[in-house]
Amino acid sequence: MGSASLDQTARGLRCDVLSMIGAAGSGHPGGSLSCIEVLCALYFGGVMHHDPADPGMEGRDWFVLTKGHAAPALYATLARAGYLPADELPTLRKLGSRLQGHPDSTLVPGVEVSTGSLGQGLSICCGIACGLALDGREGTVFALLGDGECEEGQVWEAAMFAAHRKLGNLVAIVDANGLQIDGRVQDVCNPEDLGEKFAAFGWQVSEVDGHDIEALIAALNRAKASDAPAPQLVIARTVKGKGVSFMEGEAGWHGKAPDAEQLACALQELGAGSEVAA
Amino acid sequence: MSGICLEMDASVKKATRAAFGPTLAELADAGMPVVAVDADLTGSTTTAKFAAAKPEYADRLFNCGIAEQNMVGIAAGLALTGQIAFTGSFAVFGTGRAYDQIRNTVCYSRLDVKICPTHAGISVGPDGGSHQMLEDVALMRAIPNMRVLVPADYHAACAAIRLAAATPGPVYIRMGRASVPQVYSAGVELAMGGSCAVREGSDVTIVANGVEIKEALDAAEELAARGIEAEVIDAFCVKPLDEAAIIASARKTGRVVVAEEHSIMGGLGDAVARALAAEHPVPCAFVGMRDTFGKSGEFDELMRHFGLDAGAIVNAALGLRGVA
Repeated sequence: MGSASLDQTARGLRCDVLSMIGAAGSGHPGGSLSCIEVLCALYFGGVMHHDPADPGMEGRDWFVLTKGHAAPALYATLARAGYLPADELPTLRKLGSRLQGHPDSTLVPGVEVSTGSLGQGLSICCGIACGLALDGREGTVFALLGDGECEEGQVWEAAMFAAHRKLGNLVAIVDANGLQIDGRVQDVCNPEDLGEKFAAFGWQVSEVDGHDIEALIAALNRAKASDAPAPQLVIARTVKGKGVSFMEGEAGWHGKAPDAEQLACALQELGAGSEVAA
Repeated sequence: MSGICLEMDASVKKATRAAFGPTLAELADAGMPVVAVDADLTGSTTTAKFAAAKPEYADRLFNCGIAEQNMVGIAAGLALTGQIAFTGSFAVFGTGRAYDQIRNTVCYSRLDVKICPTHAGISVGPDGGSHQMLEDVALMRAIPNMRVLVPADYHAACAAIRLAAATPGPVYIRMGRASVPQVYSAGVELAMGGSCAVREGSDVTIVANGVEIKEALDAAEELAARGIEAEVIDAFCVKPLDEAAIIASARKTGRVVVAEEHSIMGGLGDAVARALAAEHPVPCAFVGMRDTFGKSGEFDELMRHFGLDAGAIVNAALGLRGVA
């Protein structure tokens, strides 16, 4: 998929996310919008080896949304990739829907493991990486964390383990949007400098503009292809609420649904109904 | 319940934890894809014995260091790749400290992770209250998708581990540090949702598990000397509980004592009481830790001190209306 096409896909995903959360009346738009390009690069930019027709395909790359509250972004991505019917997206958070408020792997194809309680996904990914290595199996394991999530102690237990075990088939991505529910990450309880901290444990660290899909593809492919006996961290510097002017950089949009008027306004900004129809 | 063969030999004592590593090695020998994940306690939990059993098993033990939350996450990831993952550590850390990981990752995703910490209960002894886990059964049985096994002795613990490996999804096995007499013979098999009437009687039912089985059998001897015949049921499976067997016994005896080396809140006593209350209410008495932390002391001293020994079970039975 070309760069312009990927940008168009990203805009489409943003419209899906906002429409889903608007219809649900609750959800997490800020952190869903900040990680759209990361998901685009992984699923549509050729970084991940995966097959929507066979989610458990041997030799696939694995993805774990450790910041589980960005579920709408993942569902929209999985739908566009073909794991889910797109007409299921408006059922988000509704009784009887497979699309729970946070991802439930017992319900949704393409969701490797349930997440939602922050700080647990990197450990799970370490375990997957160990399991693949144990049997000499192919596959890279991608974990997507939030920067606020890195305040959880378990993240650092996993960081230590991954480096100690030299898990070269593990790539962690931090969606560093700088905000959490209570405000700026640096004001609430600052976990930065994340790169220095992971590097101190023995990770190889790179940093990239998290809204530049081409740069993301390049950084993620480099991390995936690295034959260094060390886990890889890609810090994606992002903007929370990216793509919607009144949501960008506003912590208040971490976990609040737009009303009908705000939704219409956001979709208009994103050009819904015109070039994004994909 | 198949293969029951009681072999009460007080001279043969072995800890339930001693079953862990060797049974994992047997499962691996049989071709099952088992892995152990531990947290700096591989000698105490005996997972080191699994790793040492064959050179190729060394890679199947993952020591996470002193990081129990990560331990459970690692086990979850290994399970996702097709392994049957057994976690170790001590019960207080392996359940309490990692509760959210067990709930939200293992059980919510229904993963093939077996939570098998050792050193549960006051039988840890001198390490004291900080290390004497008395709420683990309550924590684990409250989580959907989790099954809970509390084996009475070494052979039952071996059987519980085999049963867990053969049962898809999360299982909790509670094991202890103290050496306890053999109640079952080698090769005994346990069934998920089963129980075992280890002694038959008609005057009072004693439902127990874990180290309390030996105490319950001793109590039954004392009661027999007073002309009271006690039926002793080993409720090794707390969840799903063999409610039918317990209710049937209560119909026969009309009164029930529950004995557990655990808090009286949330454990076997509550499970039995709920089953009886719904189907066949009878007078009940409860032997267990009475909303208190443990303290340092030797195992047998603590059993007497906290009223968990055979004498306490006898008194509880005698206190039930109309038993004598």
